[in-house]
This record gives sequence, C-alpha cells and structure tokens, in this order.
Amino acid sequence: MTGTWISTRAWLLMLPLLVVMTAVIGWPLVDTVRLSFTDAKLVGSEGDFVGPANYIKVLTGSNFQRALVTTTWFAVISVAAEMVLGVLAALLLNQRFRGRTALRALMILPWALPTVVNATLWRLVYNPEYGALNAALTQLGLLDSYRSWLGEPGTALAALIVADCWKNFPLVALIALAALQAVPRDITAASLVDGAGPFNRFRFVIMPYLAGPLLVALVLRTIEAFKVFDIIWVMTRGGPANSTRTLSILVYQEAFSFQRAGSGASLALIVTLLVTILAVAYAALLRKAAGAS
Amino acid sequence: MERQSPLFSVFIHASALLLAVVILAPVAWLLIMSISPAADLSAKPLAWWPSDIDLSRYRTLLSAVENSAGAAFIASLLNSLKVAGMATLAAVIVAVPAAWAVSRTPAVAWSLYAVIATYMLPPVALAVPLYMGLAYFGLLNSVFGLALVYLTILAPFTTWLLKSGFDSIPREIESAAMIDGARLDQILRILTLPLAAPVMATSALFAFLLAWDEFFYALLFTSDLRAKTLTVAIADLAGGRVSDYGLIATAGVLAALPPVLIGLIMQRALISGLTSGGVKG
Repeated sequence: MTGTWISTRAWLLMLPLLVVMTAVIGWPLVDTVRLSFTDAKLVGSEGDFVGPANYIKVLTGSNFQRALVTTTWFAVISVAAEMVLGVLAALLLNQRFRGRTALRALMILPWALPTVVNATLWRLVYNPEYGALNAALTQLGLLDSYRSWLGEPGTALAALIVADCWKNFPLVALIALAALQAVPRDITAASLVDGAGPFNRFRFVIMPYLAGPLLVALVLRTIEAFKVFDIIWVMTRGGPANSTRTLSILVYQEAFSFQRAGSGASLALIVTLLVTILAVAYAALLRKAAGAS
Repeated sequence: MERQSPLFSVFIHASALLLAVVILAPVAWLLIMSISPAADLSAKPLAWWPSDIDLSRYRTLLSAVENSAGAAFIASLLNSLKVAGMATLAAVIVAVPAAWAVSRTPAVAWSLYAVIATYMLPPVALAVPLYMGLAYFGLLNSVFGLALVYLTILAPFTTWLLKSGFDSIPREIESAAMIDGARLDQILRILTLPLAAPVMATSALFAFLLAWDEFFYALLFTSDLRAKTLTVAIADLAGGRVSDYGLIATAGVLAALPPVLIGLIMQRALISGLTSGGVKG
C-alpha cells in the first residue's frame, strides 16, 4: 500500500468527525467573528457593519475590566488552593493507614457530583436564614449573628471559591496520587539512607515525578476556571452588586439578557483570545518542563 | 521501609479523618436535608439530625401526577437521559473511525491537535451563532438540537480518549492479520474494535457524564418541559421561590445519583482515564 492511499484513507475515516466539527464549531466561530463587527441583535435585527466599534466599547468599558479582574482572582485563588490541597491530600493518601482504600474511593465523590448540584448544595449551606454554615458557626460561638455569605460583596467571591475548590481539589489529588505511586521505592529509600529531610525529599526526590502531571492539571484547571459559568450562575448570578460577575457571565448578560449579539460576540472573542494566550503560554511552559526532565 | 513514629502515625490518622470529614460532610448534609422534616430545616438552632425520616419529597419528585412538581422533574430527567444518550452515541460514532485513523497514521496526527485545541474555546464563543442556527432550523427547545450542540464538547473529547486507547493496542496485530490476507473492515471488526471495547466503554461513559453535567447550553437553548434538562431544572429550583429547601436537596440527590454510582463502581477505569490525560471538563 502506498503512503498516499494510507493518508487518503485516514482523511476519509476522519471525514464524519471533521464535518460535525465544521458544522458545530467551525462555522459558529467564524460567524461569531462576523457578528462581532456588527450591531446585530439576538432576535430580529441582522445588524449593520460597524467596524471595530464593539471592541473599542468593550475594552474601554468598566464592565469588562472589572469582570477580568474578578475572573483572574477567581481563577488564581481557586486553582492555587486546589493545587496545594490536592498535593497535600495525595501525600496523605500515599501513606499507610487504616481505611486508606475507602478514603481514596471517596475522593471520586466531589468529582462525580454534577457542577449544578454542587452549586445548589453550597447555596443551601450558605443560606442566610437557615444555612448550615451560619448554624454551625453560631453554635460553635464563632459568629454572633447570621450572615448572608452570598449576599455581601465582601464574602460572595470567597464563598464561591470554597465551593469550587471542594469540587475540584480531589481531582488534583487523584492525579498527584497516581504520579506519587510512580516514584520508585528504592529512590525514596536511598534518599532516607543519605539523610535527606522530609522537605528535601519532597523537593528533590518526589517533585520531579509530580511536576509533569501537576502542570497538566494546572493548565486544564486554569483554563476551566477562566471559563467559569455554571457554579457562579447557580449561586449568585454574578451578584451581589456584580461582585462575582466573571467574563462568561458578562458575555451571557450582554448577548442573551440584553440580546446585543454584536457586542456580546466581540466580548466572547476577547475572552477566547485571553484563554488562548493562557493556553499557549502554558504549552510553552510544558514543553520547557518536558525538555528539562 | 520507612518506620513510622507513633506521633507521625497519629498525625496521619488525624489528617485522614479530617480529609474524610471535609469530603463527606457536604454530601451527607445534602442527604440529611432531603430526608429531614421541613420544620427541622428551619429550626433555630438548626437540627443536625432529623427528628424523623421524611421520604415524602422523594415520593413527590418521582410521582408522575400531571402538572405536579414530580411530572416536571421526571420530564427533565428523561430529557437529560435522551440528550446525553443521543450525544454520546453520535460522538462515539464519529470519533471511533477518526481516532483509529489518527492513531495509525502519524502523518495526520496534527489534525488531532486542531480538534483538541477546540477544547479551549469558551462556550460563549459559539453560543450566539448556535442560538441563531438552532432558531433557523426550528431546533431551539428540542432534545435533538441540544444533543447536536453537545457534540461541540463530546466529539473532540471522545476522539482524544479513544486515540490514546487505540495507541495502546499494538499495530503489529493488525499488520499480521493484513499479511494473512484480512481486509481492513475484517481487521477492525474482528480484531481492533473488540480489543478496544473497554476503552470505548470508558470513553462513552465519560462523554455521558459530561453531557449529564452540562448546564450552559441547556440554559440557553431550552425553555420548557419538552427539552429542559435536569441541571436547568435544579438551577430553577435553587433560584426560585421554593420554600422547602429539602425539596431542592432531594432533586440534587436524585440528579447526583447516576454519576456518583457510576463513579464509585467504575472507580478504577475512571481514575486511570482521568490520570492518563483525559480530564473531565
């Protein structure tokens, strides 16, 4: 068989996938670009070409800048916390203790819980009148009177981050645990004989095995966190006083609540560009890390 | 082996206990809320343990009396099953040949990276044209339309998982069969696909869970019982004027049951899938 036939055959086999991807991803993406240069409405008006007006309006507007800051805070803090908690949990789960198998099995629970159910659950926990958090803190004497955790701009974002971390750190833990189990026993044993302390052992013996898988988890979690919509929509809808309005929520409001398809599209593309820059930067980092090890 | 000092052992067990409580407490509270009498949930101080087991909400949500909360819940449950089922089936159908081709033909492997790159796209980048397109074809508020849209997520994802699955099946087996005179369709049918069956099942399961979990597109493209999925129904309950928080919790428990059961039963396969590159989005 010739090389041309083999690659023709490959393309033929890929045809169904490529057709589907063009229809549901390729075409919509191109159309979003076109819409972003028009003043189209979601329903009714096809809109006219307005040049870069939407982009200028979006980039100079305070809504976008504030949403970008909120999104960055959300992504940086929740992902950092998930990484730290995930690695700590993995180090723990790699030790010997009774019930270890059961505890490892439990880690799948938050991951398996649907995002919307997780958001609903925490919304109930944070409830200002009957929520478990208020009840627990008051009964422990740590809180004088019930607070509206999701209703105050000062605590809403932090409350969301806690809910997001609870759902996602077990996944990081499972990834880190799989990496830890790949560390050869004789290397850790040798480092003990050589008198390495716990910190040095982690830094120089274990970390090289963890770095690769953790970096992948970091990349995927950051991109996810930057695109965050579900958990915020269910818990706060971007409120109070827009203090939890992330970029995806802002696009939703612009394009669907206010039906401004044109400027919504331009905003969506700016978000896409930011996510792409993040991903490319991470990819470079990954390649560098792969080259170093 | 490292010897554990008693102090270290106590520390490890205490930490393990703490981790177990952190993981279990929120889920346990959801369960307790779903079976506590309404009075317990609004009591101050809060009753942490139900005074009586109240299963009435499960009966309410699972009874199909017309125009009741139960009928709406069951309709959304069926919609979720239909949408996730159809989208998973379609995704596997287009992904299997493509994944095999990419796995066996390094010359076209770059196309896979183009497919995977679409994973980075925020759904908002596609949402407006998809909305207009669905409206044009009369597929808004339809399980078929939503399943079609879910292919944006499921098709690249399953292709990616399946490709690494095919990679682990040695191509030598296929070459040997080819030398023995087997045709390509025979090789795939008799050799490769049966060998890949476990990977295909895991990928399909992942895809199904992803679709079951999806919220953004469902929120945008469905509006009533004809197509509304479970996630949208629960968000409606949580954001609405429901005064019985136990009912919201019950809906959450029921919606979480299938993925949690799948997660616990399929544990080993899921974890190896999760840690070998495929990570649920």
